[in-house]
Amino acid sequence: MTDDNATREKKPPASEADSTFKADLLELIPFLRAFARSLCGNPETADDLAQETLVKAWQARASFSPGTNLKAWLFTILRNQFYSDRRRAWRQAPWDEEQAERIPGSGGEQGWAADLSDTVRALATLSDEQREALILVGAGGFSYEDAARICNCAVGTVKSRVARARKSLLDILEGTESLPPAPHKPEGDAANEIMAELDRLSQPAADRAPSSRGDKGTGR
Amino acid sequence: MAKDEDKPDRESRRAIRARQRALGRELRRHYDSVVEEPVPNDFLDLLRKIDHRRNGGEDS
Repeated sequence: MTDDNATREKKPPASEADSTFKADLLELIPFLRAFARSLCGNPETADDLAQETLVKAWQARASFSPGTNLKAWLFTILRNQFYSDRRRAWRQAPWDEEQAERIPGSGGEQGWAADLSDTVRALATLSDEQREALILVGAGGFSYEDAARICNCAVGTVKSRVARARKSLLDILEGTESLPPAPHKPEGDAANEIMAELDRLSQPAADRAPSSRGDKGTGR
Repeated sequence: MAKDEDKPDRESRRAIRARQRALGRELRRHYDSVVEEPVPNDFLDLLRKIDHRRNGGEDS
């Protein structure tokens, strides 16, 4: 933006507060990535989101009060960024099926891969609100109060989202509900193509139709 | 089956809790598996650049 590339050497020493802040950011990167991955599914999109969050956080560092929960503060920024990116690029599928599909095929050296994949795929069926609440509380270790602050909603709302998310995941994982192949109908064709491809691949070779827009009638 | 919350006996309450715990473990494992990934270099570069940007003096 500015022409300070040439004068990089003359960087003044960072203030103590700034370098503390930066060290804290560095430490929290893994958590930002994990939360971002839970929100977007797709690892690349998630890392972009986490990086945007770092930049935003750095720019806004003056508004962070030291001693308060930096992780929650960062997660709030990340979440806001996620939703504003989503509004801008709506053609993206809300949840990337790719991630869920990639896991089972990835070698199978881990016995839990299949279970994990089921859980991840089941996560994809939840609404964004339920998924983020469940991840924050159930995996991220946030209190309901912190999760409510991050999601900008009432504590009771978080509680009920978590409860509903848990229930529907359990229903799905226990087979009471079936796991739909394409939980969100995206605007673009990419995900439909992936699903169609999967349908093709799961059929015996002889039956493979050259073009199957095989919507199995799970009607829109 | 749909009504088993109405009078869950002790057995099924325990079963439900067990399944919720299993689900919780699964979620944490998924989340932790990302947390434990090494931080990609992009992120470290970004933090370095962010620092250099300080002398641009265009913070707002």
